[in-house]
Amino acid sequence: MDNVKKRAAELLKSEAVKVVIGYTMGTNGKPRAAFIQNAEDVDSLIFNAQCVQNLAVYLSKAEIKQLGKPAIVAPLNVLRAIIQLASEMQIQENELIVLGVSPDGELIDFQNFSAIEKYLEDFNMEVDAKEKETLEKISSMSLEERWKFWNEELAECFKCYACRAACPMCYCHKCAVEQNKPQWIPVAAHRLGNLEWHIMRAMHLAGRCVNCDACHEACPKGINLNFLTKLMLNDAQEEFGYTGVTLKEGNLLSTFKTNDQENFIQ
Amino acid sequence: MNEFEPKIVAFVCNWCTYAGADLTGTSRIKYATNVKIVRFPCTGRIDFMLLLKAFSEGADGIIISGCHPNDCHYTSGNFHARRRWVMFRSLLDFMGIDVRRIQFSWVSAAEGAKWAEIVNSTVETVRELGPYSDYQKVADFLKTEVENG
Ligand code: SF4
Ligand code: SF4
Repeated sequence: MDNVKKRAAELLKSEAVKVVIGYTMGTNGKPRAAFIQNAEDVDSLIFNAQCVQNLAVYLSKAEIKQLGKPAIVAPLNVLRAIIQLASEMQIQENELIVLGVSPDGELIDFQNFSAIEKYLEDFNMEVDAKEKETLEKISSMSLEERWKFWNEELAECFKCYACRAACPMCYCHKCAVEQNKPQWIPVAAHRLGNLEWHIMRAMHLAGRCVNCDACHEACPKGINLNFLTKLMLNDAQEEFGYTGVTLKEGNLLSTFKTNDQENFIQ
Repeated sequence: MNEFEPKIVAFVCNWCTYAGADLTGTSRIKYATNVKIVRFPCTGRIDFMLLLKAFSEGADGIIISGCHPNDCHYTSGNFHARRRWVMFRSLLDFMGIDVRRIQFSWVSAAEGAKWAEIVNSTVETVRELGPYSDYQKVADFLKTEVENG
């Protein structure tokens, strides 16, 4: 982490950036996001396995943008989100400086986004074996059991939208869930409102989710909503050979192949 | 006289299936009257939220139909739609929503007879499945809440 701090201080001193987005120690021994604007403050930067928040979420927030050009401390999940955001034209190379960090906290230098993309090739974005098991367990239940399972799982949701706020890919200024002309989704956190909110959320993230679990971490009710996006990721890989974030290709659902396969259209 | 009559909502594209359904009529082919057709410019425009709306408003089954691949009036709307349906259908199934109640099809403007078959077979499938009370109960929950303040 020393190299990261050193680089952050240099960048702030030379005014190459105005703010460094990173992790610092918060209350109860839990890391939180830090927005460092003075070189003297870089010592408060930390990095450990508990830094699970996806900092890329701040890149599209107006409050952070107005601080000026940022540098961002970027472990794997943040790097993925950066590339996905770039492929969706939400950020550009010259708008930020990426301070890559390895799992053990070492600085990784990236010349440009292509270098990040190249680096990411070595890390499979797959749903891991244990999570796959969970997906399979749910899939193998009967229709009635699945219906009951998700109704119960989602019953605790009280629509605080922390999952949305924590997600780097949920950057729309006006979310469909708040539209009321027409009202797509009932506002209240009752069964229908919760069910449809989570269906919509998963669909809007299908082929875009970077599988960082920031949504699940943010949920005060510990709802396993990330398994819906994990299913979408798994499907994207199995059905369409999706391999993870890239700069080039359009999103899964904004592109197509003329020979895409299905087995249910008559 | 109490036999259950399924309510089916069909979301179809203007250029192929809607014209196909017109042909069914002008060819005087009789088919089940359970279907209410909603016309869209293109299958690519059929947002998945509309399907959920149909269920929550009381539909027991849904038909979605448009131009065959390569025949889209806008060249690629149906290709986009196809991908979306693959994902959506899998998500619904995973969450315990009965995808047997959703029939996807390609019906061209020349396939009046096929349209009749699709409607008839969907009505039969849904008739066997019965009313979609699972979803409707969830939707009614909303109404009861409102009524009870
Ligand atoms: S964070 Fe949890 S409780 Fe809040 S809206 Fe999301 S799923 Fe519901
Ligand atoms: S949906 Fe959850 S796992 Fe996917 S990118 Fe958003 S926060 Fe990360």
